[in-house]
Amino acid sequence: MDVLFDFTPVFDRMDDIAQGFWATIRLALMSGVLSLILGTVLAGMRVSPVRIFRGAGTVYVNIFRNTPLTLILAFCALGLSDTLHIKLSNQSTVNFYWLAVFGLSAYTAAFICEALRAGINTVPLGQAEAARAIGLTFFQSLRLIILPQAFRSVIAPLGSIFIAMTKNTTVVIVASYVESAYMMRQLFDEEGATIPMFAAFAIGFMILTLPMGFFFGWLSKRMAVAR
Amino acid sequence: MTTSVDTPAPKPTKAKKSEPSVLFDAPGPRARVRNNIIAVVGTLILLGIAYVVYGRLDEENQFAGELWEPFLEGETWTEFIIPGLLGTLYAAAIGSVLALLFGVVFGLGRLSDHWWIRVPSGAVVEFFRAIPLLILIFFIFSGPPTIATAFNREFIEITPFMAVVAGLTLYNGSVLAEVFRAGILSIPKGQSEAAYAIGLRKNGVMRLILVPQAVTAMMPAIVAQLVVLLKDSALGSIIAYEELLTLGFYQMKANYGNAVAALVVTGAIYIMINMALGYLATRLEARSRRSRKSTAKTMGVGIGTQPAVGVSGVNQTPPSISGDTGGV
Repeated sequence: MDVLFDFTPVFDRMDDIAQGFWATIRLALMSGVLSLILGTVLAGMRVSPVRIFRGAGTVYVNIFRNTPLTLILAFCALGLSDTLHIKLSNQSTVNFYWLAVFGLSAYTAAFICEALRAGINTVPLGQAEAARAIGLTFFQSLRLIILPQAFRSVIAPLGSIFIAMTKNTTVVIVASYVESAYMMRQLFDEEGATIPMFAAFAIGFMILTLPMGFFFGWLSKRMAVAR
Repeated sequence: MTTSVDTPAPKPTKAKKSEPSVLFDAPGPRARVRNNIIAVVGTLILLGIAYVVYGRLDEENQFAGELWEPFLEGETWTEFIIPGLLGTLYAAAIGSVLALLFGVVFGLGRLSDHWWIRVPSGAVVEFFRAIPLLILIFFIFSGPPTIATAFNREFIEITPFMAVVAGLTLYNGSVLAEVFRAGILSIPKGQSEAAYAIGLRKNGVMRLILVPQAVTAMMPAIVAQLVVLLKDSALGSIIAYEELLTLGFYQMKANYGNAVAALVVTGAIYIMINMALGYLATRLEARSRRSRKSTAKTMGVGIGTQPAVGVSGVNQTPPSISGDTGGV
């Protein structure tokens, strides 16, 4: 009974746990930036006047949104790296880091694109009409008028997506990169103290995700467009 | 000179066709030329990307017939893909039913008048929403045996199937609990006041008045969450549950070394199922919106979405970003 709640293994292996979470944070930050950029480009494509871009954006979103992340990341490791021999770095861990980041970003970007598109839909019609009336081109009105307002109205959903993405970094376990889920499984095997270990990792993730939730909630209130 | 020059009449309709958004004017002659140039350049860029991908695949001989041939044989389908698909659907179906139950119980629990129901329900929901599903599945998979050992009890056998279903239930159930709660909170106060006024008790108000309306309003978000659940079932492959990803991708790759072919086939199956479900969600959303009054006109006149505000404002968010998810 005492064995169950004996937290000494957690403190003994604190270094490994911290290492796992540091990998999670690195993955989350880089994927967050890349997916935001890619998602914005995709959203722009999906509302553009050129049909081929709209089509390409739609196809991309439908493919990536409906494929399990596990499949995408498994393909990053087994397909891109092993079969197609795509090498982004000579160091194997760096290589798998970038493959995992690209897989995660490609997947998350589809969701960001859809959130942004929903945001664009919330911008009052008059804004776009006024932008056109003063002679702004499509790019100018998107960049100066529509997207700034769209972003501000979707901060909360974007926050949810980033939180989900942070949790999704655990799936990177299938892309052969050592992060917190991999570390937890390994510590389960080595230490056997499942309850304390699980508690430690659960608390670790709550430390990451709960403040993110509060931050995005605060930001969305602060940045809300008053209409 | 009897002929008047009113030929350009049909033009506006033609131009209108190419104006699907209010973001840009109906293109005039110059804009049309420019758009065509951009379209050609864009097509070239996309074709260029496609060519690079094709070249890479060709270089590694991924178009070789023997890599794709297995998928033309009946045995592949009866031995791997269909059992895998059944495994996925089985886990997703059981997980969905249990998650819906979990969601109703805890969603209503969070709305309870008694703090000793409300607070624990809230804690459970927030906990399972805050931790990654994979971590949870790992714990459900390896936790109970060690606990049993600590109590000197018999070894509890947790099958991968049990771990996957339990994980899917707890996580998606918690998200659904929030969806239900938001749905009930979104119903105008007059509804419950009227119900109390005609003498219903709390139970009756919930059961007869609030829940039916909330479920109708939340249907799109619920279906969208079930799509997430179906996709999440692919996590089972990590603990060796035999589902579509395990059998259709990993096994095929192990047997024939055809990662690309296996990705295309497995991915296509997932995409078809999820798009069918997504289509259902859109249909339900359109149906539930028809009966609702809309407020100020926005950019999405046709789509009519109001500010997407995550869980608390559900049902305005498109099915793709149902509440907290972003899915796995």
